[in-house]
Amino acid sequence: MNLSGVYAIWLREMLTFFREKPRIVSAVINPIFWLLTFGVGLGATVNIAGVNYEQYIFPGILMQTFLFSSIFYGAYLVWDRRIDLLKAVLVTPLNRSSIFLGKVLGGVTFSLIEAAIILAFGVVININYTLTSIPLILITVIIAAAGLTAVGLIIGSLMTSPEGFQLITTFVIFPLFFLSGALFPLNNLPSYLTTLTITNPLTYIVDSLRSLLVGMQYFGTLENVLVMVSFAAVANFIGILAFRRMRA
Amino acid sequence: MPVIETCGLTKNYGKITAVDDLRISIEEGEIFGLLGPNGAGKTTIIKMLATLLEPTSGTATVNGFDIKKQPARVRESIGIIFQEPSSDELLTGYENIKLYAMIYGLPKNQIQTRSAEALKLVELTDRKDDLVKHYSGGMRRRLEIARSLIHRPKVLFLDEPTLGLDPRGRENMWNYILKLVKELKMTVFLTTHYMEEADTLANRIGIIDRGKIAILDSPKALKRIVGGDLVTIKAKALKIEEIRKLSYVTDVTQENNETKIIIENVSENLQHLLTALGKIDSVQVRNTTLNDVFLRFTGRQIQEEGESNWFDKIVQESTEKA
Repeated sequence: MNLSGVYAIWLREMLTFFREKPRIVSAVINPIFWLLTFGVGLGATVNIAGVNYEQYIFPGILMQTFLFSSIFYGAYLVWDRRIDLLKAVLVTPLNRSSIFLGKVLGGVTFSLIEAAIILAFGVVININYTLTSIPLILITVIIAAAGLTAVGLIIGSLMTSPEGFQLITTFVIFPLFFLSGALFPLNNLPSYLTTLTITNPLTYIVDSLRSLLVGMQYFGTLENVLVMVSFAAVANFIGILAFRRMRA
Repeated sequence: MPVIETCGLTKNYGKITAVDDLRISIEEGEIFGLLGPNGAGKTTIIKMLATLLEPTSGTATVNGFDIKKQPARVRESIGIIFQEPSSDELLTGYENIKLYAMIYGLPKNQIQTRSAEALKLVELTDRKDDLVKHYSGGMRRRLEIARSLIHRPKVLFLDEPTLGLDPRGRENMWNYILKLVKELKMTVFLTTHYMEEADTLANRIGIIDRGKIAILDSPKALKRIVGGDLVTIKAKALKIEEIRKLSYVTDVTQENNETKIIIENVSENLQHLLTALGKIDSVQVRNTTLNDVFLRFTGRQIQEEGESNWFDKIVQESTEKA
Protein backbone atom coordinates (compact mmCIF):
# COMPACT_ATOMS: atom_id res chain seq x y z
CA MET A 1 0.00 0.00 0.00
CA ASN A 2 1.49 3.30 -1.13
CA LEU A 3 -0.09 6.13 0.87
CA SER A 4 1.32 8.95 -1.20
CA GLY A 5 -0.11 7.24 -4.28
CA VAL A 6 -3.54 6.82 -2.68
CA TYR A 7 -3.41 10.48 -1.68
CA ALA A 8 -2.49 11.44 -5.27
CA ILE A 9 -5.49 9.57 -6.67
CA TRP A 10 -7.78 11.23 -4.11
CA LEU A 11 -6.24 14.65 -4.75
CA ARG A 12 -6.87 14.29 -8.48
CA GLU A 13 -10.54 13.63 -7.81
CA MET A 14 -10.76 16.67 -5.53
CA LEU A 15 -9.07 19.01 -7.97
CA THR A 16 -11.29 17.96 -10.86
CA PHE A 17 -14.44 17.95 -8.70
CA PHE A 18 -14.16 21.60 -7.76
CA ARG A 19 -13.52 22.56 -11.38
CA GLU A 20 -16.70 20.87 -12.60
CA LYS A 21 -19.18 23.24 -11.03
CA PRO A 22 -22.26 21.98 -12.92
CA ARG A 23 -21.75 18.57 -11.34
CA ILE A 24 -21.98 19.95 -7.80
CA VAL A 25 -24.88 22.25 -8.61
CA SER A 26 -27.04 19.55 -10.15
CA ALA A 27 -26.11 17.12 -7.38
CA VAL A 28 -27.61 19.35 -4.67
CA ILE A 29 -30.31 21.28 -6.55
CA ASN A 30 -32.07 18.09 -7.62
CA PRO A 31 -32.77 16.81 -4.08
CA ILE A 32 -33.85 20.27 -2.93
CA PHE A 33 -36.41 20.29 -5.76
CA TRP A 34 -37.66 16.93 -4.55
CA LEU A 35 -38.11 18.20 -1.02
CA LEU A 36 -39.79 21.45 -2.01
CA THR A 37 -42.13 20.07 -4.65
CA PHE A 38 -42.82 16.41 -3.92
CA GLY A 39 -42.22 16.63 -0.18
CA VAL A 40 -44.04 19.86 0.54
CA GLY A 41 -46.69 19.20 -2.10
CA LEU A 42 -47.67 15.80 -0.77
CA GLY A 43 -46.99 16.99 2.78
CA ALA A 44 -49.85 19.46 2.44
CA THR A 45 -52.28 16.59 2.91
CA VAL A 46 -50.14 13.69 4.11
CA ASN A 47 -48.33 13.10 7.35
CA ILE A 48 -46.84 9.86 8.56
CA ALA A 49 -47.24 9.00 12.23
CA GLY A 50 -47.40 12.65 13.10
CA VAL A 51 -44.33 13.64 11.06
CA ASN A 52 -44.60 16.10 8.13
CA TYR A 53 -44.16 14.32 4.84
CA GLU A 54 -41.23 16.56 3.77
CA GLN A 55 -39.50 15.73 7.03
CA TYR A 56 -40.38 12.07 6.64
CA ILE A 57 -38.70 11.80 3.21
CA PHE A 58 -35.76 14.06 4.12
CA PRO A 59 -33.49 11.12 5.14
CA GLY A 60 -34.47 9.29 1.95
CA ILE A 61 -33.70 12.33 -0.19
CA LEU A 62 -30.37 12.75 1.59
CA MET A 63 -29.57 9.14 0.70
CA GLN A 64 -30.75 9.76 -2.87
CA THR A 65 -28.20 12.59 -3.18
CA PHE A 66 -25.19 10.46 -2.45
CA LEU A 67 -26.72 7.40 -4.11
CA PHE A 68 -26.73 9.20 -7.45
CA SER A 69 -23.39 10.89 -7.02
CA SER A 70 -21.54 7.81 -5.71
CA ILE A 71 -22.84 5.45 -8.36
CA PHE A 72 -22.17 7.86 -11.20
CA TYR A 73 -18.83 8.88 -9.79
CA GLY A 74 -17.81 5.23 -9.79
CA ALA A 75 -19.34 4.33 -13.13
CA TYR A 76 -17.58 7.36 -14.64
CA LEU A 77 -14.51 5.15 -14.57
CA VAL A 78 -15.61 3.81 -17.93
CA TRP A 79 -14.69 7.23 -19.43
CA ASP A 80 -11.28 7.20 -17.83
CA ARG A 81 -10.80 3.78 -19.36
CA ARG A 82 -12.13 4.82 -22.75
CA ILE A 83 -9.53 7.55 -23.06
CA ASP A 84 -6.08 6.50 -21.94
CA LEU A 85 -6.28 8.36 -18.63
CA LEU A 86 -6.64 5.28 -16.48
CA LYS A 87 -4.12 3.30 -18.50
CA ALA A 88 -1.50 5.88 -17.57
CA VAL A 89 -2.20 5.21 -13.89
CA LEU A 90 -2.36 1.44 -14.32
CA VAL A 91 1.10 1.42 -15.86
CA THR A 92 2.65 2.97 -12.74
CA PRO A 93 3.91 0.75 -9.92
CA LEU A 94 0.87 1.78 -7.82
CA ASN A 95 -1.08 -1.43 -7.20
CA ARG A 96 -4.71 -1.70 -8.14
CA SER A 97 -6.11 -1.89 -4.63
CA SER A 98 -4.42 1.45 -3.86
CA ILE A 99 -5.99 2.99 -6.97
CA PHE A 100 -9.34 1.58 -5.89
CA LEU A 101 -8.95 2.91 -2.35
CA GLY A 102 -8.05 6.40 -3.63
CA LYS A 103 -11.12 6.37 -5.85
CA VAL A 104 -13.45 5.24 -3.04
CA LEU A 105 -12.08 7.94 -0.73
CA GLY A 106 -12.78 10.49 -3.48
CA GLY A 107 -16.39 9.31 -3.79
CA VAL A 108 -16.86 9.37 -0.01
CA THR A 109 -15.51 12.92 0.19
CA PHE A 110 -17.93 14.16 -2.50
CA SER A 111 -20.82 12.46 -0.72
CA LEU A 112 -19.87 14.15 2.53
CA ILE A 113 -19.71 17.58 0.88
CA GLU A 114 -23.09 17.11 -0.80
CA ALA A 115 -24.64 15.63 2.34
CA ALA A 116 -23.43 18.65 4.33
CA ILE A 117 -25.21 21.02 1.93
CA ILE A 118 -28.46 19.00 2.08
CA LEU A 119 -28.23 18.74 5.87
CA ALA A 120 -27.85 22.50 6.08
CA PHE A 121 -31.00 22.81 3.99
CA GLY A 122 -32.74 20.57 6.52
CA VAL A 123 -32.90 23.54 8.86
CA VAL A 124 -35.34 25.16 6.42
CA ILE A 125 -37.81 22.29 6.89
CA ASN A 126 -37.33 22.24 10.69
CA ILE A 127 -35.13 19.19 11.11
CA ASN A 128 -33.67 19.13 14.63
CA TYR A 129 -29.97 18.40 14.96
CA THR A 130 -28.13 17.58 18.15
CA LEU A 131 -24.44 17.50 18.96
CA THR A 132 -24.53 13.70 19.00
CA SER A 133 -26.73 13.20 15.94
CA ILE A 134 -24.50 15.17 13.55
CA PRO A 135 -21.33 13.03 13.89
CA LEU A 136 -23.45 9.84 13.76
CA ILE A 137 -25.17 11.05 10.57
CA LEU A 138 -21.81 11.80 8.99
CA ILE A 139 -20.41 8.39 9.94
CA THR A 140 -23.50 6.76 8.41
CA VAL A 141 -22.94 8.77 5.21
CA ILE A 142 -19.28 7.68 5.10
CA ILE A 143 -20.08 3.97 5.46
CA ALA A 144 -23.00 4.10 3.02
CA ALA A 145 -21.10 6.17 0.44
CA ALA A 146 -18.08 3.83 0.63
CA GLY A 147 -20.35 0.92 -0.26
CA LEU A 148 -22.21 2.76 -3.01
CA THR A 149 -19.03 4.19 -4.57
CA ALA A 150 -17.63 0.68 -4.67
CA VAL A 151 -20.79 -0.50 -6.46
CA GLY A 152 -20.35 2.34 -8.97
CA LEU A 153 -16.70 1.42 -9.52
CA ILE A 154 -17.63 -2.23 -10.06
CA ILE A 155 -20.13 -1.12 -12.73
CA GLY A 156 -17.52 1.19 -14.28
CA SER A 157 -14.91 -1.54 -14.37
CA LEU A 158 -17.28 -4.02 -16.02
CA MET A 159 -18.72 -1.69 -18.67
CA THR A 160 -16.93 -1.71 -21.99
CA SER A 161 -18.31 1.54 -23.39
CA PRO A 162 -20.14 4.59 -22.04
CA GLU A 163 -23.18 3.87 -24.24
CA GLY A 164 -24.97 1.99 -21.48
CA PHE A 165 -24.67 4.87 -19.06
CA GLN A 166 -28.38 5.74 -19.09
CA LEU A 167 -29.28 2.16 -18.23
CA ILE A 168 -27.61 2.57 -14.86
CA THR A 169 -30.31 5.02 -13.79
CA THR A 170 -33.09 2.74 -14.95
CA PHE A 171 -31.80 -0.58 -13.74
CA VAL A 172 -29.63 0.26 -10.74
CA ILE A 173 -30.40 3.62 -9.19
CA PHE A 174 -34.19 3.83 -9.48
CA PRO A 175 -34.93 0.31 -8.22
CA LEU A 176 -32.51 0.78 -5.32
CA PHE A 177 -34.06 4.14 -4.49
CA PHE A 178 -37.75 3.30 -4.80
CA LEU A 179 -37.35 0.05 -2.88
CA SER A 180 -35.47 1.64 0.01
CA GLY A 181 -38.37 3.00 2.02
CA ALA A 182 -37.18 6.49 1.18
CA LEU A 183 -40.67 7.66 0.20
CA PHE A 184 -43.03 5.41 2.16
CA PRO A 185 -43.15 3.49 5.46
CA LEU A 186 -42.50 -0.25 5.44
CA ASN A 187 -45.59 -1.15 7.51
CA ASN A 188 -48.60 -2.65 5.72
CA LEU A 189 -46.81 -3.16 2.37
CA PRO A 190 -47.95 -5.96 0.03
CA SER A 191 -45.66 -8.91 0.63
CA TYR A 192 -43.70 -8.64 -2.65
CA LEU A 193 -42.75 -5.03 -1.76
CA THR A 194 -41.79 -6.04 1.77
CA THR A 195 -39.52 -8.76 0.43
CA LEU A 196 -37.87 -6.43 -2.05
CA THR A 197 -37.35 -3.60 0.42
CA ILE A 198 -35.98 -5.63 3.29
CA THR A 199 -33.45 -7.31 0.99
CA ASN A 200 -32.23 -3.93 -0.25
CA PRO A 201 -29.25 -2.75 1.82
CA LEU A 202 -30.23 0.87 1.10
CA THR A 203 -33.37 0.38 3.22
CA TYR A 204 -31.13 0.07 6.28
CA ILE A 205 -29.23 3.22 5.32
CA VAL A 206 -32.49 5.18 5.07
CA ASP A 207 -33.72 3.69 8.34
CA SER A 208 -30.53 4.68 10.17
CA LEU A 209 -30.66 8.20 8.81
CA ARG A 210 -34.37 8.50 9.63
CA SER A 211 -33.79 7.45 13.22
CA LEU A 212 -31.04 10.07 13.54
CA LEU A 213 -32.91 12.86 11.73
CA VAL A 214 -36.58 12.47 12.65
CA GLY A 215 -36.49 9.86 15.39
CA MET A 216 -38.42 7.13 13.53
CA GLN A 217 -37.01 3.64 13.19
CA TYR A 218 -38.25 0.37 11.67
CA PHE A 219 -35.36 -2.04 12.27
CA GLY A 220 -33.15 -2.32 15.33
CA THR A 221 -30.04 -0.13 15.50
CA LEU A 222 -27.71 -3.12 15.62
CA GLU A 223 -29.43 -4.62 12.59
CA ASN A 224 -28.98 -1.35 10.66
CA VAL A 225 -25.30 -1.02 11.55
CA LEU A 226 -24.53 -4.65 10.76
CA VAL A 227 -26.22 -4.53 7.36
CA MET A 228 -24.56 -1.23 6.38
CA VAL A 229 -21.09 -2.29 7.45
CA SER A 230 -21.36 -5.68 5.75
CA PHE A 231 -22.71 -4.04 2.59
CA ALA A 232 -19.77 -1.62 2.48
CA ALA A 233 -17.26 -4.38 3.24
CA VAL A 234 -18.61 -6.80 0.63
CA ALA A 235 -18.94 -4.11 -2.06
CA ASN A 236 -15.35 -2.96 -1.48
CA PHE A 237 -14.05 -6.50 -1.46
CA ILE A 238 -15.74 -7.29 -4.78
CA GLY A 239 -14.60 -3.91 -6.08
CA ILE A 240 -10.95 -4.68 -5.41
CA LEU A 241 -11.32 -8.03 -7.16
CA ALA A 242 -13.00 -6.30 -10.10
CA PHE A 243 -10.16 -3.78 -10.29
CA ARG A 244 -7.55 -6.51 -10.23
CA ARG A 245 -9.06 -8.32 -13.18
CA MET A 246 -9.98 -5.16 -15.10
CA ARG A 247 -8.48 -4.97 -18.54
CA ALA A 248 -6.25 -1.97 -19.12
CA MET B 1 22.88 -7.30 -21.69
CA PRO B 2 19.96 -6.15 -23.84
CA VAL B 3 17.49 -3.69 -22.28
CA ILE B 4 14.52 -5.35 -23.92
CA GLU B 5 14.50 -8.95 -25.00
CA THR B 6 11.42 -10.84 -26.10
CA CYS B 7 11.29 -14.57 -26.13
CA GLY B 8 8.59 -16.00 -28.38
CA LEU B 9 6.14 -13.31 -27.27
CA THR B 10 2.68 -14.21 -28.61
CA LYS B 11 -0.80 -12.79 -28.17
CA ASN B 12 -3.98 -14.37 -29.50
CA TYR B 13 -7.39 -12.77 -29.45
CA GLY B 14 -9.66 -15.73 -30.02
CA LYS B 15 -8.60 -17.11 -33.37
CA ILE B 16 -6.71 -13.99 -34.40
CA THR B 17 -2.99 -13.96 -33.71
CA ALA B 18 -2.17 -10.32 -33.03
CA VAL B 19 1.48 -10.94 -32.17
CA ASP B 20 3.17 -14.06 -33.45
CA ASP B 21 6.27 -15.47 -31.74
CA LEU B 22 8.13 -12.16 -31.46
CA ARG B 23 11.88 -12.41 -30.89
CA ILE B 24 13.72 -9.11 -30.70
CA SER B 25 16.56 -7.76 -28.66
CA ILE B 26 17.20 -4.08 -28.03
CA GLU B 27 20.41 -2.68 -26.62
CA GLU B 28 20.88 0.25 -24.26
CA GLY B 29 20.69 3.69 -25.90
CA GLU B 30 18.94 2.48 -29.02
CA ILE B 31 15.93 4.09 -30.62
CA PHE B 32 14.07 1.09 -31.90
CA GLY B 33 11.21 1.70 -34.27
CA LEU B 34 8.40 -0.72 -34.94
CA LEU B 35 6.95 0.23 -38.30
CA GLY B 36 3.75 -1.19 -39.66
CA PRO B 37 0.19 -0.44 -40.68
CA ASN B 38 -2.69 -0.11 -38.22
CA GLY B 39 -3.66 -3.44 -36.74
CA ALA B 40 -0.24 -4.98 -37.31
CA GLY B 41 0.13 -5.69 -33.60
CA LYS B 42 2.33 -2.76 -32.59
CA THR B 43 0.20 -1.53 -29.70
CA THR B 44 -0.36 -5.07 -28.46
CA ILE B 45 3.42 -5.53 -28.25
CA ILE B 46 3.86 -2.30 -26.28
CA LYS B 47 1.01 -3.21 -23.93
CA MET B 48 2.57 -6.58 -23.21
CA LEU B 49 6.03 -5.09 -22.62
CA ALA B 50 4.49 -2.48 -20.30
CA THR B 51 2.69 -5.28 -18.35
CA LEU B 52 -0.78 -3.99 -19.25
CA LEU B 53 -1.61 -7.15 -21.17
CA GLU B 54 -0.75 -10.76 -20.42
CA PRO B 55 0.93 -12.57 -23.29
CA THR B 56 -0.78 -15.77 -24.47
CA SER B 57 2.61 -17.44 -24.55
CA GLY B 58 6.27 -16.53 -24.44
CA THR B 59 7.69 -13.76 -22.31
CA ALA B 60 10.07 -10.81 -22.33
CA THR B 61 12.49 -9.02 -20.06
CA VAL B 62 12.62 -5.25 -19.70
CA ASN B 63 15.61 -3.84 -17.82
CA GLY B 64 16.32 -7.39 -16.76
CA PHE B 65 12.88 -7.90 -15.16
CA ASP B 66 10.49 -10.52 -16.42
CA ILE B 67 7.20 -8.99 -17.56
CA LYS B 68 5.22 -11.94 -16.25
CA LYS B 69 7.00 -12.54 -12.95
CA GLN B 70 8.07 -9.03 -11.94
CA PRO B 71 5.48 -6.66 -13.44
CA ALA B 72 5.85 -4.08 -10.63
CA ARG B 73 9.62 -3.86 -11.15
CA VAL B 74 9.09 -3.46 -14.89
CA ARG B 75 6.60 -0.65 -14.30
CA GLU B 76 9.01 1.17 -12.00
CA SER B 77 11.68 1.23 -14.66
CA ILE B 78 9.71 2.30 -17.72
CA GLY B 79 7.97 5.39 -18.99
CA ILE B 80 5.22 5.20 -21.56
CA ILE B 81 3.20 7.49 -23.77
CA PHE B 82 0.00 6.11 -25.21
CA GLN B 83 -1.60 6.74 -28.58
CA GLU B 84 -4.50 8.69 -27.15
CA PRO B 85 -3.92 11.72 -24.95
CA SER B 86 -3.77 10.57 -21.35
CA SER B 87 -3.28 13.82 -19.45
CA ASP B 88 -6.03 15.23 -17.28
CA GLU B 89 -7.80 18.10 -19.01
CA LEU B 90 -9.16 19.62 -15.84
CA LEU B 91 -5.77 19.82 -14.21
CA THR B 92 -2.92 22.17 -14.97
CA GLY B 93 0.25 20.91 -16.59
CA TYR B 94 2.08 21.14 -13.29
CA GLU B 95 -0.65 19.30 -11.37
CA ASN B 96 -0.59 16.49 -13.90
CA ILE B 97 3.13 16.01 -13.38
CA LYS B 98 3.03 16.45 -9.61
CA LEU B 99 0.37 13.75 -9.16
CA TYR B 100 2.48 11.26 -11.07
CA ALA B 101 5.54 12.19 -9.04
CA MET B 102 3.48 11.33 -5.94
CA ILE B 103 2.22 8.10 -7.44
CA TYR B 104 5.80 7.05 -8.15
CA GLY B 105 6.52 7.77 -4.49
CA LEU B 106 9.13 10.50 -4.96
CA PRO B 107 10.10 12.27 -1.73
CA LYS B 108 8.52 15.68 -1.21
CA ASN B 109 11.61 17.78 -1.89
CA GLN B 110 12.20 15.95 -5.16
CA ILE B 111 8.65 16.32 -6.43
CA GLN B 112 9.11 20.01 -7.08
CA THR B 113 12.61 19.95 -8.51
CA ARG B 114 11.94 16.98 -10.78
CA SER B 115 8.64 18.43 -12.02
CA ALA B 116 10.33 21.73 -12.80
CA GLU B 117 13.15 19.92 -14.59
CA ALA B 118 10.78 17.83 -16.67
CA LEU B 119 8.64 20.83 -17.64
CA LYS B 120 11.73 22.77 -18.65
CA LEU B 121 12.97 19.94 -20.82
CA VAL B 122 9.79 20.02 -22.90
CA GLU B 123 9.63 23.82 -22.78
CA LEU B 124 6.33 24.09 -20.96
CA THR B 125 7.56 26.01 -17.92
CA ASP B 126 5.70 29.21 -18.76
CA ARG B 127 2.43 27.34 -19.44
CA LYS B 128 2.62 25.01 -16.46
CA ASP B 129 -0.24 26.65 -14.55
CA ASP B 130 -2.69 26.60 -17.45
CA LEU B 131 -5.37 23.92 -17.57
CA VAL B 132 -4.44 21.18 -20.02
CA LYS B 133 -7.70 21.67 -21.92
CA HIS B 134 -6.21 24.93 -23.22
CA TYR B 135 -3.11 23.15 -24.56
CA SER B 136 -2.58 22.29 -28.23
CA GLY B 137 -2.20 18.66 -29.27
CA GLY B 138 1.56 19.04 -29.48
CA MET B 139 1.79 20.61 -26.04
CA ARG B 140 -0.24 17.80 -24.52
CA ARG B 141 2.11 15.29 -26.06
CA ARG B 142 5.10 17.16 -24.66
CA LEU B 143 3.47 17.25 -21.24
CA GLU B 144 3.02 13.50 -21.43
CA ILE B 145 6.69 13.11 -22.25
CA ALA B 146 7.57 15.21 -19.20
CA ARG B 147 5.23 13.11 -17.09
CA SER B 148 6.68 9.85 -18.28
CA LEU B 149 10.19 11.01 -17.33
CA ILE B 150 9.42 12.06 -13.77
CA HIS B 151 10.75 8.85 -12.21
CA ARG B 152 13.81 8.74 -14.53
CA PRO B 153 12.92 5.54 -16.36
CA LYS B 154 15.58 3.74 -18.33
CA VAL B 155 13.26 2.84 -21.17
CA LEU B 156 10.65 4.98 -22.82
CA PHE B 157 7.81 3.46 -24.83
CA LEU B 158 6.16 5.70 -27.37
CA ASP B 159 3.05 4.40 -29.08
CA GLU B 160 2.55 6.45 -32.25
CA PRO B 161 4.02 9.57 -30.64
CA THR B 162 2.97 11.97 -33.38
CA LEU B 163 -0.44 10.58 -34.27
CA GLY B 164 -2.81 13.46 -34.91
CA LEU B 165 -0.14 16.17 -34.89
CA ASP B 166 0.33 18.60 -37.77
CA PRO B 167 3.62 18.43 -39.72
CA ARG B 168 5.26 21.15 -37.63
CA GLY B 169 4.16 19.58 -34.36
CA ARG B 170 5.48 16.29 -35.65
CA GLU B 171 8.91 17.69 -36.41
CA ASN B 172 9.06 19.41 -33.01
CA MET B 173 8.20 16.14 -31.35
CA TRP B 174 11.00 14.37 -33.19
CA ASN B 175 13.46 16.95 -31.93
CA TYR B 176 12.30 16.43 -28.35
CA ILE B 177 12.67 12.68 -28.63
CA LEU B 178 16.17 12.98 -30.07
CA LYS B 179 17.08 15.43 -27.32
CA LEU B 180 15.90 12.98 -24.64
CA VAL B 181 18.01 10.20 -25.97
CA LYS B 182 21.03 12.44 -26.18
CA GLU B 183 20.66 14.16 -22.82
CA LEU B 184 19.23 11.38 -20.69
CA LYS B 185 20.79 8.44 -22.53
CA MET B 186 17.50 6.59 -22.64
CA THR B 187 16.49 3.58 -24.65
CA VAL B 188 13.42 4.32 -26.75
CA PHE B 189 10.96 1.82 -28.17
CA LEU B 190 8.55 3.50 -30.53
CA THR B 191 5.82 2.36 -32.85
CA THR B 192 4.70 4.29 -35.86
CA HIS B 193 3.02 3.91 -39.18
CA TYR B 194 4.79 6.98 -40.57
CA MET B 195 7.77 5.94 -42.64
CA GLU B 196 9.44 9.29 -42.31
CA GLU B 197 9.19 9.12 -38.55
CA ALA B 198 10.86 5.74 -38.33
CA ASP B 199 13.49 6.90 -40.81
CA THR B 200 14.31 10.10 -38.86
CA LEU B 201 14.31 8.70 -35.36
CA ALA B 202 15.15 5.04 -35.29
CA ASN B 203 18.59 3.56 -35.58
CA ARG B 204 17.01 0.17 -36.10
CA ILE B 205 13.63 -0.58 -37.59
CA GLY B 206 11.54 -3.69 -37.40
CA ILE B 207 8.95 -3.87 -40.12
CA ILE B 208 5.89 -5.58 -38.75
CA ASP B 209 2.96 -6.98 -40.65
CA ARG B 210 0.17 -9.15 -39.30
CA GLY B 211 1.91 -9.74 -36.01
CA LYS B 212 5.22 -10.83 -37.46
CA ILE B 213 8.48 -8.97 -37.96
CA ALA B 214 9.13 -9.14 -41.70
CA ILE B 215 12.64 -7.68 -41.50
CA LEU B 216 14.75 -5.82 -38.98
CA ASP B 217 17.75 -3.62 -39.69
CA SER B 218 19.02 -0.03 -39.80
CA PRO B 219 17.04 2.30 -42.09
CA LYS B 220 20.01 2.58 -44.43
CA ALA B 221 20.51 -1.14 -44.71
CA LEU B 222 16.79 -1.65 -45.28
CA LYS B 223 16.80 0.78 -48.15
CA ARG B 224 19.89 -0.78 -49.60
CA ILE B 225 18.03 -4.08 -49.83
CA VAL B 226 15.66 -2.54 -52.33
CA GLY B 227 18.74 -1.81 -54.41
CA GLY B 228 18.90 1.94 -54.67
CA ASP B 229 16.88 4.87 -55.87
CA LEU B 230 14.31 5.00 -58.61
CA VAL B 231 14.77 6.86 -61.85
CA THR B 232 11.74 6.99 -64.13
CA ILE B 233 12.42 7.86 -67.75
CA LYS B 234 10.08 8.74 -70.57
CA ALA B 235 11.67 8.41 -73.95
CA LYS B 236 10.81 7.36 -77.52
CA ALA B 237 13.47 4.68 -77.86
CA LEU B 238 15.67 3.19 -75.21
CA LYS B 239 18.22 0.45 -75.46
CA ILE B 240 17.11 -1.52 -72.45
CA GLU B 241 19.77 -4.18 -72.73
CA GLU B 242 22.56 -1.65 -72.70
CA ILE B 243 21.16 0.08 -69.66
CA ARG B 244 21.09 -3.20 -67.84
CA LYS B 245 24.81 -3.63 -68.46
CA LEU B 246 25.72 -0.45 -66.58
CA SER B 247 27.51 -1.38 -63.34
CA TYR B 248 25.37 0.75 -61.01
CA VAL B 249 21.99 -0.28 -62.43
CA THR B 250 20.31 -2.95 -60.34
CA ASP B 251 16.96 -3.30 -62.07
CA VAL B 252 15.09 -2.11 -65.14
CA THR B 253 11.37 -2.50 -65.73
CA GLN B 254 9.10 -1.14 -68.42
CA GLU B 255 5.56 -0.05 -67.88
CA ASN B 256 3.56 1.51 -70.73
CA ASN B 257 5.82 4.20 -72.09
CA GLU B 258 7.78 4.61 -68.86
CA THR B 259 11.03 2.91 -67.96
CA LYS B 260 11.80 2.48 -64.28
CA ILE B 261 15.47 2.12 -63.52
CA ILE B 262 16.77 1.38 -60.05
CA ILE B 263 20.30 2.64 -59.54
CA GLU B 264 22.76 2.78 -56.70
CA ASN B 265 24.00 6.12 -55.46
CA VAL B 266 21.80 8.33 -57.58
CA SER B 267 23.62 11.57 -56.81
CA GLU B 268 26.88 10.30 -58.37
CA ASN B 269 25.54 8.19 -61.19
CA LEU B 270 22.61 10.13 -62.58
CA GLN B 271 24.76 12.29 -64.85
CA HIS B 272 26.40 9.26 -66.40
CA LEU B 273 23.11 7.46 -66.83
CA LEU B 274 21.48 10.38 -68.61
CA THR B 275 24.43 10.72 -70.97
CA ALA B 276 24.25 7.03 -71.75
CA LEU B 277 20.53 7.21 -72.45
CA GLY B 278 20.78 9.94 -75.07
CA LYS B 279 17.65 11.89 -75.97
CA ILE B 280 14.80 11.54 -73.49
CA ASP B 281 11.46 13.32 -72.97
CA SER B 282 11.43 13.49 -69.19
CA VAL B 283 13.16 12.18 -66.10
CA GLN B 284 11.95 11.77 -62.57
CA VAL B 285 14.09 10.77 -59.60
CA ARG B 286 12.77 9.42 -56.36
CA ASN B 287 14.80 8.33 -53.37
CA THR B 288 13.98 4.97 -51.92
CA THR B 289 11.67 5.18 -48.93
CA LEU B 290 10.82 2.67 -46.32
CA ASN B 291 7.52 2.28 -48.12
CA ASP B 292 9.43 0.58 -50.94
CA VAL B 293 10.99 -1.68 -48.36
CA PHE B 294 7.64 -2.41 -46.82
CA LEU B 295 6.15 -3.13 -50.22
CA ARG B 296 8.99 -5.44 -51.04
CA PHE B 297 8.62 -7.50 -47.87
CA THR B 298 4.88 -7.58 -47.45
CA GLY B 299 3.61 -7.02 -50.97
CA ARG B 300 1.45 -4.16 -49.67
CA GLN B 301 1.70 -0.44 -49.07
CA ILE B 302 1.53 1.19 -45.67
CA GLN B 303 -1.51 3.39 -45.67
CA GLU B 304 -0.22 6.80 -44.66
CA GLU B 305 -3.68 8.25 -44.39
CA GLY B 306 -4.91 5.39 -42.23
CA GLU B 307 -5.12 7.66 -39.19
CA SER B 308 -8.86 7.74 -38.75
CA ASN B 309 -9.54 4.56 -40.59
CA TRP B 310 -12.88 3.56 -39.10
CA PHE B 311 -12.68 0.02 -40.34
CA ASP B 312 -9.34 -0.68 -38.65
CA LYS B 313 -10.63 0.92 -35.49
CA ILE B 314 -13.66 -1.32 -35.40
CA VAL B 315 -11.57 -4.39 -36.02
CA GLN B 316 -9.12 -3.35 -33.32
CA GLU B 317 -11.83 -2.64 -30.79
CA SER B 318 -13.71 -5.82 -31.41
CA THR B 319 -10.55 -7.87 -31.07
CA GLU B 320 -9.71 -6.08 -27.84
CA LYS B 321 -13.05 -7.03 -26.39
CA ALA B 322 -12.66 -10.67 -27.33
